Amino acid sequence: MSYGVVLVPSTSHAIRAERVCHLAGLKVKLIPTPRQLSSNCGTALRFDWEERETVEQVLRANKVDYDEVHQLEW
Amino acid sequence: MIYFDNAATSWPKPPGVTEAMVHFLEKVGANPGRSGHRPSVEAGRIVYDAREAVAELFHAPDPLRIVFGANATEALNLALRGLLRPGDHVVTSSMEHNSVMRPLRALEEQGVSLTVVPCSPQGFLSPPDLEGALRPETKLIVLNHASNVVGSLLPVREAGQIARRHGCLLLVDAAQTAGDYPIDVQTEYIDLLAFTGHKALGGPMGTGGLVIGERVPVDELEPLKRGGTGSRSEHEEQPDFLPDKCEAGTPNAVGLAGLAAGARWVLETGVEHIRAHEVRLTQQLIDGLREIPGVTVYGGLDATRQTAVVSFNVAGLEPSEVGLRLDEEYDIMCRVGLHCAPAAHRTIGTFPTGTVRFGLSYFNTPEEVETALEAVRAIARANK
Ligand SMILES: Cc1ncc(COP(=O)(O)O)c(C=O)c1O
Repeated sequence: MSYGVVLVPSTSHAIRAERVCHLAGLKVKLIPTPRQLSSNCGTALRFDWEERETVEQVLRANKVDYDEVHQLEW
Repeated sequence: MIYFDNAATSWPKPPGVTEAMVHFLEKVGANPGRSGHRPSVEAGRIVYDAREAVAELFHAPDPLRIVFGANATEALNLALRGLLRPGDHVVTSSMEHNSVMRPLRALEEQGVSLTVVPCSPQGFLSPPDLEGALRPETKLIVLNHASNVVGSLLPVREAGQIARRHGCLLLVDAAQTAGDYPIDVQTEYIDLLAFTGHKALGGPMGTGGLVIGERVPVDELEPLKRGGTGSRSEHEEQPDFLPDKCEAGTPNAVGLAGLAAGARWVLETGVEHIRAHEVRLTQQLIDGLREIPGVTVYGGLDATRQTAVVSFNVAGLEPSEVGLRLDEEYDIMCRVGLHCAPAAHRTIGTFPTGTVRFGLSYFNTPEEVETALEAVRAIARANK
């Protein structure tokens, strides 16, 4: 299964990202940032890779700043 | 006991507040946003819940533009010291609390120029007077939403419109209104809103914050402190984004758990409902006090134009004497003196003696007001 990981500036951003995605009906989860990714924050948002576009749309629509989006095989 | 000192700090707290704090200490415990493990993320969620509840209450569009701190004083210091530079002009009212006046007087020493617009002896500010004080170099208007001495509501919406017209920012000190008077930072054009958690928001002491609107240049906002944030840990410089830029150090997460519960209770109970109850009690108190021979009541005497704060004096008695007798003989708690607001007392003509102040809350009852009126009647009568 292919997952996406959104890297965010801070845990506050991660939690807000999780909240707005849940409100939009998306299946997302907060995870400790995978070690192979270098991030500013120890918490990241995991989602199903098929939903990448929607996730990014929801984050942008809610003005949640995020850094990078990565694809990972779990 | 009758607790009429809610303007200093509210008591009792709404149901759920203590429980939320106990839950945090016993079941969560971790440092929010620092460690990435589940309890740490859970602690972060609780702090975020507080941000979200407060944002909803004030109609703030972005919870991440709320910076938490110890109280309204810290939030006001952040806004004032963080934004004003030598050469800037700032306008305020003569009804302000010292948490605004003292930082402004210190900034004045450093080259910021300050205009204090006089208010009426009832504690009200006229918008044309405010607008007349503005200059091309005015950067900020800072206003009490309501006076902690007489409860008078200041015209923040008009001030917001004036600020927009003149290209400056509006900072509102909502210490006396957050939680029991409707606040909408968008329709009232409030650029910065300082609130405290331990009054009508129902939270514990040690909580408060600043709502930072979109017109505020975050890159020009100097934080009060710098330090660890759990983010950008590889950098030795402070993060430039909110809230981390202005939230260095481990937050009062247990306090914020309580604040989240308090603010949720306010949302569920309804600010309008809370306000309506307080207006009834306040008018009952004002009308009752005014009928007592020898008692002077200050302010506008109209509960719809003020918060649930009523200041009065008894002829021939020092406020401290009245306060002591209310406490020791009648078990009624109030606050006497100058209420950290010498400017406001000068404005209403009660400096340096001060007043006796009753501060009501949603949890007070008409019966308590009647008992307190009886007590003041007896004290005034005995003194004749
Ligand atoms: C109008 C006003 N501003 C500011 C404050 C300061 O609040 P805090 O002591 O929570 O910082 C208070 C209350 O003490 C107040 O009544």
